[in-house]
Amino acid sequence: MIRVILPHHLCNLAGVGKEVFLQVDGRVTTEAILDALEAAYPMLRGTIRDHGTGARRPMLRFFACGEDLSFEAADAPLPEGVASGREPFRIVGAIAGG
Amino acid sequence: MTEVRVLVGTHKGAFVLTADGKRKDWRVDGPHFGGLDIYHVKGSPVDPNRIYASQVGDWFGQVVHRSDDGGKTWQAVGNAFNYDGPPGQHQWYDGTPHPWEFKRVWHFEPSPTDPDSVFAGVEDAALFRSTDGGTSWHELPGMRGQPSGRQWMPGAGGLCLHTIVLDRGNPNRMYVAISAAGVFRTDDGGETWAPKTRGLTSDFMPDPTAEIGHCVHRIAMHPDRPKTLFMQKHWDVMRSDDEGESWYEVSGNLPSDFGFVIDVHAHEPETVFVVPIKSDSEHYPPDGKLRVYRSRTGGYEWEALAKGLPQKDCYVNILRDAMAVDALDPCGVYFGTTGGQVYASPDGGNSWTAIAHDLPAVYSVEVQTLR
Repeated sequence: MIRVILPHHLCNLAGVGKEVFLQVDGRVTTEAILDALEAAYPMLRGTIRDHGTGARRPMLRFFACGEDLSFEAADAPLPEGVASGREPFRIVGAIAGG
Repeated sequence: MTEVRVLVGTHKGAFVLTADGKRKDWRVDGPHFGGLDIYHVKGSPVDPNRIYASQVGDWFGQVVHRSDDGGKTWQAVGNAFNYDGPPGQHQWYDGTPHPWEFKRVWHFEPSPTDPDSVFAGVEDAALFRSTDGGTSWHELPGMRGQPSGRQWMPGAGGLCLHTIVLDRGNPNRMYVAISAAGVFRTDDGGETWAPKTRGLTSDFMPDPTAEIGHCVHRIAMHPDRPKTLFMQKHWDVMRSDDEGESWYEVSGNLPSDFGFVIDVHAHEPETVFVVPIKSDSEHYPPDGKLRVYRSRTGGYEWEALAKGLPQKDCYVNILRDAMAVDALDPCGVYFGTTGGQVYASPDGGNSWTAIAHDLPAVYSVEVQTLR
């Protein structure tokens, strides 16, 4: 199972704990994880990536295995640690605001 | 038993304030969606348990919440607001063309006849409608697409369609207000629109009486007097008695005619409330005194209402969607401040009490009268 860690407000919106577990068939990519996440929790649609373009929202980042994966292609394979479930895929909100 | 429910949208969540018909003892429930910007919360006139809330923010974008139990529990519904056709361009602050981009929902206006039907006024300015309880949203493209669209420019808060006024006696007629474009009216249920700004003067425009470009902050109508509209413009309090065809100034003796809110008494169509703000550069009440002004003559002559309101060192603002009236007799009047207070007057404005003291900055106040 793929592990995904969500920011606080998205946990509340989806009604889940901090970490969710997803079944991702085929190659594990950012796009595949987000597709699975939104299929399981439709209320998250539009909150992580744009409805129309699919672009990552500008104040969110994707981290995993000690790397910033935010600028990797959405269909690029993610590190083996994520694919194996050993490491979580982290969706992180920018540290900004008031 | 009669109950009043006040729906408050704030910088850090939504709050639901309730009291019985005496409107003395208030219970505060919330925050709902704690930590998140809630621009507007409004209930259906035909099913008061059906409430819509607009959550906005830079991190997670637009989320629409719906309650079917009077605000106790909520579910996220549709949040895809896609412009119908090519978005086109409007003016940017510097006058250059700028593409239309959806940013947030400023205002929900539920249908007076169907709890599943609701309009949404959005930034960048456009009008959307849902007929399935907020599950899906469809633009009324005639609003954004009417010929003046490319001349519209954002006010300080953005290019927002923030006011939707429905004529309850004529379902084909409604009005919207846009900062900074003006007032627009449809007579065919939203298919086509026309600017209704004759009589408005805005000195910040190259041609102060041009048809397009006025920063209208709010318009209000008494449901029994649909030909008459009241407007708080950026500067000037205005009135129309011919369905928006022409406007005339009724600022009269107000200490400042800048402000955001305006509302009409529930039972007296010529009684109007505003909260003067010192200026567009300062955004707080004149002299540090928070005073509602009431006209019982439909404008011109205004009286200061200060009993129970802070009369020194008060530097809050009252934003455009943050005043409402209930339907009881005597009429209750409510408003919220950027300092986090919600004030209520159970006697038509004569006296005021803070029914919430320390909320986050208040964006919007709506009232439901439950019998």
